[in-house]
Amino acid sequence: MWKARPEDAKPANVTPNVPQPVQPAPSPAAPTATTQNVMSSREPQKPAIHAERTDVGHIGKSVVIKGELTGNEDLYLDGEIEGNINLRDHRLVIGPNGKIKATITARNVVLHGRVEGNITATERVELKNSSTLVGDVSTQRIVIEDGAFFKGAIDIKESQESKVEPRKSMASAAGAPGGTSSFSSGTSYSASPGSQGSFLEPK
Amino acid sequence: MSSPESNFRRWFRGSGEGAKPSATAKTASRTSRRCIGLGEFLRGLSGAQERLSVLDLGPTSPANISFLTEMEARVYNEDVLRATRDPSYMARQEDGTEQLDPQKFFAENCNYAEGTFDAILFWDLADYLPEVLVKPLVERIQAVLKPKGMLLALFHTKDAGPESPYYRYHIAGRDVLELEQGPNFRLQRIFNNRHVENLFKDFSSRKFFLGRDNIREVIVVR
Repeated sequence: MWKARPEDAKPANVTPNVPQPVQPAPSPAAPTATTQNVMSSREPQKPAIHAERTDVGHIGKSVVIKGELTGNEDLYLDGEIEGNINLRDHRLVIGPNGKIKATITARNVVLHGRVEGNITATERVELKNSSTLVGDVSTQRIVIEDGAFFKGAIDIKESQESKVEPRKSMASAAGAPGGTSSFSSGTSYSASPGSQGSFLEPK
Repeated sequence: MSSPESNFRRWFRGSGEGAKPSATAKTASRTSRRCIGLGEFLRGLSGAQERLSVLDLGPTSPANISFLTEMEARVYNEDVLRATRDPSYMARQEDGTEQLDPQKFFAENCNYAEGTFDAILFWDLADYLPEVLVKPLVERIQAVLKPKGMLLALFHTKDAGPESPYYRYHIAGRDVLELEQGPNFRLQRIFNNRHVENLFKDFSSRKFFLGRDNIREVIVVR
């Protein structure tokens, strides 16, 4: 029988590194970077929305929760939730099947599905083109894709950086240099203006 | 399928086929036009001492939200026209037909405290809304506007036909609007100047701007 040569054991020779989708910081339980490389080279690349599911908490589309949901890790949520969601310093992704009737507090919120309730994000809220949000948003930055439906109020809170950095002009923030150029369909827009007051007034 | 350019011309019927406004530019899916009324509207807001509250009654527009939040305004968005398609607001009439019930509608829409807003972007809602909602909505708007609060409305001219396409409006600059053909809503009526004055008769002032493309822009002050 032949004896395996030492270089055969090197994964770098077997599976070359491939570009990885942007993923959140791995949790302690997440596989090592080497393992991820090997796995991803053997499997077809998944869409970003599913890639996020590999190293974050995951609540599937058949799950229904009524009550309070709190956590100290990033969460992908594709089920139905009624109550409150509190992930204070973490990222919440609501999948396309997600139907949420809750007040949401998180660091970042990415919405593909439907939310009825207020969202407070310390950093950023993203409304994807398939999303529906009926409720108020309070955040430092908001990104809204064309096609998203929103009913409610938006309150942009001041970030520490914006106190130092000069503000972007309106035209540049809206993607309209000179005030006459055009937007293209499917483009998303973000807003992060300067000083703001307190959170939203109740309707 | 008609091109966006031909639809745009149809929307501004009366300006003539060749009378394209000089400040107009066309993109693949949107057409921009100069809007003097918008410029006046934004100028009126610029001197505010306190943080503004602005209500946009059109479809969700990332560009509008971006523009208004850059002004440090608190932005409210409510697509009133889309809401009229919600079957839960329908009520059966005596003759068996179903009609939109204003009471049901306003229980869940435009439901704000009095004097909430400094400004309202009304766009051309009045031309497309079901008849039963037009006056109640204007009354509701008057209530939720602050005293001296402003409203920007657009109206089709008498030349616009019922097949005029419905457009979404995106603020592209201080006096530039971009028009994007939106959902398939049908033009319900045409207001002339007197109709507009009657519609907003309880407001303190009405200012009309008639552009070279014959669109009527109106700024109303509570």
